[in-house]
Amino acid sequence: MKLITAILKPFKMDDVREGLSDIGVTGITVTEVKGFGRQKGHTELYRGAEYVVDFLPKIKLEVAVSTDQLDQVVDVIAKTANTGKIGDGKIFVSDLEQVIRIRTGETGADAL
Amino acid sequence: MINAKKNTSINKGLVGGLFAISAMTMPAISHAEDVLNSGDTAWMLTSMVLVLFMTIPGLSLFYAGMVRSKNPLSVMMQCFTITCLITVIWVIYGYSLAFGDGDAFVGYLGKAFMAGVGVETLSGTIPESVFAMFQLTFAIITPALIVGAFAERMKFSAMLWFMALWVTVVYAPVCHWVWGGGWLGDQGVLDFAGGTVVHINAGIAGLVCAIVLGKRKGYPSTAMPPHSMVLTLVGAGMLWVGWFGFNAGSELAADGTAGMAMVVTQVATATAALTWMFVEWKIHGKPSALGIASGAVAGLVAITPASGYVGPMGALAIGAASGLGCYIVAVHIKRALGFDDSLDAFSVHGVGGIIGAILTGVFADAALGGVGLEEGVTIGGQVWKQMIGIGATVVYDLIATLILLKIVDLVIGLRVTGDEESEGLDIALHDERGYNL
Repeated sequence: MKLITAILKPFKMDDVREGLSDIGVTGITVTEVKGFGRQKGHTELYRGAEYVVDFLPKIKLEVAVSTDQLDQVVDVIAKTANTGKIGDGKIFVSDLEQVIRIRTGETGADAL
Repeated sequence: MINAKKNTSINKGLVGGLFAISAMTMPAISHAEDVLNSGDTAWMLTSMVLVLFMTIPGLSLFYAGMVRSKNPLSVMMQCFTITCLITVIWVIYGYSLAFGDGDAFVGYLGKAFMAGVGVETLSGTIPESVFAMFQLTFAIITPALIVGAFAERMKFSAMLWFMALWVTVVYAPVCHWVWGGGWLGDQGVLDFAGGTVVHINAGIAGLVCAIVLGKRKGYPSTAMPPHSMVLTLVGAGMLWVGWFGFNAGSELAADGTAGMAMVVTQVATATAALTWMFVEWKIHGKPSALGIASGAVAGLVAITPASGYVGPMGALAIGAASGLGCYIVAVHIKRALGFDDSLDAFSVHGVGGIIGAILTGVFADAALGGVGLEEGVTIGGQVWKQMIGIGATVVYDLIATLILLKIVDLVIGLRVTGDEESEGLDIALHDERGYNL
């Protein structure tokens, strides 16, 4: 099992969600985060006081998948989140040791 | 409908005295009988409410939105408390110092505890009670404006002491000089609704406070953007609406002058707002909400002294001048000079008040659409009188504010500790959060 963590531009969230839904991924977790990579911040101006805001709002998406689903899911995320501009984000893949469904106690692949 | 006044000797004497004074000082105006006029009274009852609304919640919101999210309560609490504190002071002795019979510099204590002001007592065509309350709202907003200069770093206890002393030693006397029968009014200084008494006063005191208290921790290198521009814009709108009580209400009557005051207030404000917005758009690339709101306030301030004397064209000029002038000071000069007048009490109220006071002398002239200058006074002559008013207020205010601050500092200290400032005044001074999200 694998845990996919993706950092995305917030306005692409809807496209990614639709794409995942189309391939049968039914559960995701989304967090609002801030960050930067190569994308420059923006300037805000208040009565002559200019502030460069480095941290940009992003969405962190986490989804647990089975190993054989991995490539397809990563592919869908990468395609739907892509705008071609700097700041599109990154996808991290890590090993997932165990998954438990709280309601039923199912574990492993049954819990995905 | 005119109410018949009670036929007592005190009332006769009072009314007779008021009639004599008004006949001597305002020969052109035919308030021939000092009888209660219910139209005037209704308007003034409303005006008082409008001006109170300017402080709570207008100015409170305007300022609260501009501070960081850890400090909005501190600012709102300061405005709210000032409202209460000055009310009590006014009723006990403030009204008397400002408007009681006295000398050229201050009223004496003849009206302390509002002595002689009863249900039937008149001031002109309105009850003196209403007049006193209307004037109270001015005495409230002036110290509340100063809050903007020392926001986010002043001790609450020190603020209370300072404001009580300042209203006593600075506001009441200066008010007396201009409106209460004192020397500036006698000189012919024109200040219809408080450009000098309120705005220059607050602005200069604010500047002194900003310098004496020192800069906020981290200013100017740390980002300190307004935490809620939404609140600020709401507050700005409330200020604009309430200001019609401030300016048109200063006529103390529901008449043509009040109507024209309304016109010039609206025109100057809109012009100043657009001016600031367009200048900022040109220089920085985008028009901003804070810019247009600040411009509007600058216009409101500048038209204040002129509101009963100038015409619509004068209002356009005053609006443009204040929109541009206050922008330059707030955005460029303040940063260059390095003082932390956090919410621009000086840049907008001080500078706007000065611009307005000077231009009042110009645009009051009949040739420029105004009501006309006094017999034999030229524009140059009137502007010179305006400068005397400005100069006297600035010098007195500066020195007195400095002394009062030093005294309060010595006795209890003015500024919060570094830790309190970092934590935020809402928690540190009031054990409260503005937002429990």
